Amino acid sequence: MNFGAVQAIYKFEMARTWRTLLQSIVSPVVSTSLYFVVFGAAIGSRITEVEGISYGTFIVPGLIMLSVLTQSITNASFGIYFPKFIGTIYEILSAPVSYFEIVLGYVGAAATKSIILGLIILATAGLFVPLHIHHPIWMLTFLLLTSVTFSLFGFIIGIWADGFEKLQMIPMLIITPLTFLGGSFYSINMLPQTWQTLALFNPVVYLISGFRWSFYEIADVSVSVSIGMTVGFLAACMLVVSWIFRSGYRLKN
Amino acid sequence: MSSMISISGLSKAYASGFKALKGIDLDIKRGEIFALLGPNGAGKTTLISIICGITNPSAGQVLVDGRDIRRDYRATRAMIGLVPQELHTDAFETVWATVSFSRGLFGKPRNPAYIEKVLKDLSLWDKKDNKIVTLSGGMKRRVMIAKALSHEPQVLFLDEPTAGVDVELRKAMWDVVRALRASGVTIILTTHYIEEAEEMADRVGVINKGEIILVEKKAALMQKLGKKRLKLHLQSRIDIVPATLAAYNLELAADGGELIYTYDTRSEHTGITSLLGDLRAAGIRFSDLDTTQSSLEEIFVSLVRT
Repeated sequence: MNFGAVQAIYKFEMARTWRTLLQSIVSPVVSTSLYFVVFGAAIGSRITEVEGISYGTFIVPGLIMLSVLTQSITNASFGIYFPKFIGTIYEILSAPVSYFEIVLGYVGAAATKSIILGLIILATAGLFVPLHIHHPIWMLTFLLLTSVTFSLFGFIIGIWADGFEKLQMIPMLIITPLTFLGGSFYSINMLPQTWQTLALFNPVVYLISGFRWSFYEIADVSVSVSIGMTVGFLAACMLVVSWIFRSGYRLKN
Repeated sequence: MSSMISISGLSKAYASGFKALKGIDLDIKRGEIFALLGPNGAGKTTLISIICGITNPSAGQVLVDGRDIRRDYRATRAMIGLVPQELHTDAFETVWATVSFSRGLFGKPRNPAYIEKVLKDLSLWDKKDNKIVTLSGGMKRRVMIAKALSHEPQVLFLDEPTAGVDVELRKAMWDVVRALRASGVTIILTTHYIEEAEEMADRVGVINKGEIILVEKKAALMQKLGKKRLKLHLQSRIDIVPATLAAYNLELAADGGELIYTYDTRSEHTGITSLLGDLRAAGIRFSDLDTTQSSLEEIFVSLVRT
């Protein structure tokens, strides 16, 4: 195991985060604060409680997930796409590192950023609404699982993308809609029956539901199903990544 | 001398069907400087990329210090430093950070004293805290070399290292390369510059259309490199070379407007003085003349054609 290489990649990626602090941390925090002001304070005060919780409090887990999902994908995809784009990937490919070590460095850094971001947003939310976390260990577990899974997913997108447009496409056109429709701002039970059934095909529903359960012990689907779905997606991403490296897809011609 | 790199039957066909390498067999000796020459698209970069692990081969085997580059990739890649042709750099990193990153990536423990030495050898020390984006092209090239040397490689690949680099810097790079060779590093370079191969290489290999067409010691090549061409621009066109000049093997060019004489600069008598005398005797006058030395590339291209 070439720990030196993992550390080098990890440090390099984290340095990029601090260098682009505004884009990596500040801007998601600002946009989340705006959600709290608009949905929590302004509109939320007119909305009745959802499952016994004030609306502003209810949306906290969903908002954290919204940022964690999109930022995991954005950070991880950019992290591996950029060296491909500017050509510095040659050094990674010619170094004595295994695929596992490359993934560990890039995905580890992207997931770290997401977790930091999630915790910052959580703290920010605490300034707007009263928070109570029933199962902090499970909350952190969900945060970790989601960050790692979607950073892996982002890594795959970064390798697949051969232009900046493709890099933006999946987060913009798939992840953001899925997250908005996945119960960030409402409980699935508030939907008409048909939409409820459809929502069950949205993987993000399971993430948000499980995450919200760790806060308030309320969930749209059972917690074990949430964990199962998340781990399943994680396993699927790992399979794709291992295939990418074995075949050299979009990395080695 | 034993082989440092041993290539056998190496082929590469791209998905498009283009065959970049066709069964390459080549041995690079330990501690030598090997110059790989060939026209653009000959397969030089593909060959280097395969040895370094950037491109997957279609068939064949490469051993570095007796180890297979695929089965034993950690050991072989740890031995190799690569300076690619294109300037690929992380614009916003500092010189120090990017060179230290390379060392870490190759799994070597931190060694600031060594990095300092590399940067000083390459006259980069006063730029160590500069972001790469602020450096000139020549400086960036040196940063690439510093990155390749950061992990103390035993084999160094230099893909067109002095392309776009001014004469002074080129000479400085040659000094670095010579010092590396003196310390036992095996060096493989591709180049277009005749002086570079002449100055540096122990052996020269020529690759064309994915095939190695010649591997020779430099001394043997210099014989072929000694040829020069004298071109005479005639005042009036002639149809045939007069019989009195037959011994010079002159060529007529530009529809009889030019005469070309090929001679060996290393021979005792180049024959130029007597040629000019005989031309005057034959009544052939010229308005201008120039001489050109055939470049390594020209020689090889002509070699390939025959």
